[in-house]
Amino acid sequence: MPITYFLILSALLFSIGVYGVLARQNAVLILLSIELMLNAVNINLVAFAAQLGDAGVGGQVFALFVIAVAAAEVGVGLAIVILIFRNRQTVDVDDMSLMKW
Amino acid sequence: MVSSFLLLAQHGGETVPPAVPQDGFFTQFMWLVPLLPALSFVIILFFGKRFRHGGAAFGIAALGAGLLLSLIAFVELAAGNAAVEKAWTWFDFAGGDSLLLEFGMHYDFLAGVMFVVVTTISLLVHIYSTGYMHDDERYTIFFAFLSLFTASMLFMVIANNLIQLFVGWELVGICSYFLIGHWWEEKENSSAAIKAVITNRVGDVAFLFGIFVLFFAGHTFNIEVLNHMAEEGEIAATTLTIAALLLFGGAVSKSAQFPLYVWLPDAMAGPTPVSALIHAATMVVAGIYMIARMFLLFENAGAALDVVAIIASITMLLAAILALVQDDIKRVLAYSTISQLAYMTAALGVGAYTAGVFHLFTHAFFKALLFLGAGSLIHAVHSNNMSDMGGLKDHMPHTFKTFIIGSLGLAGIFPLAGFFSKDEIIGGALRSASDLGQVSAWFVLIAATITAFLTALYMTRACVKTFWGSYRGHGDPHESPASMVNPLWVLAIGTVTVGFIGFPVIGPFADWITVPGHEHHGFEPLYNLVLPIGATIVALAAIALGIQLFYRERWRVDLLSGPFAWLYRFPANKYYLDDLYLKGIVRPIQYPIARATYWTNQKAIDGLVNGAGIATVALSKPTYDILDQQVIDFAVNGAAGLTGFTGGMLRYVQSGNVQRYAAVLFAAIAAFVALFALT
Repeated sequence: MPITYFLILSALLFSIGVYGVLARQNAVLILLSIELMLNAVNINLVAFAAQLGDAGVGGQVFALFVIAVAAAEVGVGLAIVILIFRNRQTVDVDDMSLMKW
Repeated sequence: MVSSFLLLAQHGGETVPPAVPQDGFFTQFMWLVPLLPALSFVIILFFGKRFRHGGAAFGIAALGAGLLLSLIAFVELAAGNAAVEKAWTWFDFAGGDSLLLEFGMHYDFLAGVMFVVVTTISLLVHIYSTGYMHDDERYTIFFAFLSLFTASMLFMVIANNLIQLFVGWELVGICSYFLIGHWWEEKENSSAAIKAVITNRVGDVAFLFGIFVLFFAGHTFNIEVLNHMAEEGEIAATTLTIAALLLFGGAVSKSAQFPLYVWLPDAMAGPTPVSALIHAATMVVAGIYMIARMFLLFENAGAALDVVAIIASITMLLAAILALVQDDIKRVLAYSTISQLAYMTAALGVGAYTAGVFHLFTHAFFKALLFLGAGSLIHAVHSNNMSDMGGLKDHMPHTFKTFIIGSLGLAGIFPLAGFFSKDEIIGGALRSASDLGQVSAWFVLIAATITAFLTALYMTRACVKTFWGSYRGHGDPHESPASMVNPLWVLAIGTVTVGFIGFPVIGPFADWITVPGHEHHGFEPLYNLVLPIGATIVALAAIALGIQLFYRERWRVDLLSGPFAWLYRFPANKYYLDDLYLKGIVRPIQYPIARATYWTNQKAIDGLVNGAGIATVALSKPTYDILDQQVIDFAVNGAAGLTGFTGGMLRYVQSGNVQRYAAVLFAAIAAFVALFALT
């Protein structure tokens, strides 16, 4: 299977993530969109690793790192969102303008 | 440049021991002696107040050491060591001999005698002043200037060249100014100080021109070389005469000769120790010393010596008469000093070199003694006037005894110091007049004899008025403290003894102080027996007359209104010489100068200052309006406004909207990717 398919899938997935990050008001959805972008990257890494065979094993290792980091990031991010929700009864990023000039 | 004038030192022929003279050990270090009081001046000036007694101890220590060194060095000279001449280049203008200024020393017997005199008198005056100036508010500065004065005098004495001598000459003059004006709160005293300086300036100009004339004639400032050149006839006779007369002009003012002696009596405004040190024993003999130092030049300068002799004859007579009519005891002594200085000058004028220097030496002792004694009297009765004294012999026994010794010394009674030196001078005058046919020497002879008579007379008058009769002053006079009495006794002992150094024929003084190339005279009955006896008779007659006149008060005439009133009034008004100077010279010069100065001040200087002020105001107005308000303020305000505007614009970028930041971020990345992908 040509690598092009994987790249197209990855690009689509990343674009959806970007759209989500830029357009969503809900902080949880923004975090979800970030996950999408990270996974698009992961698809890229694994696809190239598979194509390169033994030389591309670094890509698989890197994908595993990304998954671990993404889990940690989501953990911290959701914790922040939960705390904000407890304080302000909202997760809308437009309302989180406390530090705005 | 270590000079090669050993030859000159040997020039004395018979008088100098035939063995090749060696440099003495201490004689080479005589430059230290002026340095010591200079050091003490600096210490007293800057740190004097931190010590007890205002640091007077430094001056006393410096002069004690200086006196010791001077005595040792003199003994070395007397033992046959050579005169020392050393010099260090100070300025070398032309890179050769043509204009070379040196800092040098020339230490021979003449300088040696001066060193002993100056350090001795100065040391005693320092000690005396600790008592006399005890309660003075400027005690410290007084001692500083005493030290500076001594340093300057020694610096002048040791000079080997005329420029250095002139520097020392001026330095003692300026110290004299400070010390005369020590009590400047009274106008009279500061005026006296100014008078001293200005009168001296007249002579100094002549002196300076004399130096220039000699420099252009001989291309050197070195005194020994110039003397040598004069002796060898290497300088034209007319030039020598002019130079000698100009140099003598300096001596006329510094050594208070007619017609420039007027400053010295006024200089008595200074504290009495100063009068003793400066205006009797040391500074005023600077002129005599200078003539003695340049004697070979004067001797070969044609008529110059005759002028010296005649001026001195006039001075000694005029001053002695003035001393007779003074009431202020210090003024009596001041005129006496002028008269005695004229004696020394006259001695040099008739070629009696040894006698002149010897009189300088002895006079220093008894005149310092008399001045310090007068100071002691003034200290006791708080008045300078003899009309406030009288009958003090019982109140102040020590002052009385020493003052009488001093007076007898000055009058020239055997065996006191003045006897020997005065006879030497009269003898010298007679020798020049009869043996050498010098006409002016006859004047000196006559004047000196009359002056000897007058000297004894006025000293008798002063003693009678001061010590006998009844006390006419206020309060209860008391003897002065030991610090003042002891120096009196030391000087009294000096007055009694130093004369024997110059005992005719056998005294060593004539071996020490001789004009190079002159033989000194052996025993001659006329000069060594007849003259002294005659002079003593003259002095005794004067004393007898004085006792009749002033003690027994016989032949009392009303001096102020009788037929002889003019005889009294003429000297009492100082021959109107001061009035002549004031009305004839000072005022005609002073007023136009004052007017011109005032005009210059009002028109030129004030115009300049006001003009500058107006111009500044005129310039500052447009400067403020345009430069400051328009240009500078615009730049400053503009910079601030621009910054504010930029900040305000940039503020909108900082929206706080995270998603907008992210959008910009992605857009930027996409742009970069596109850029890299396309190129």
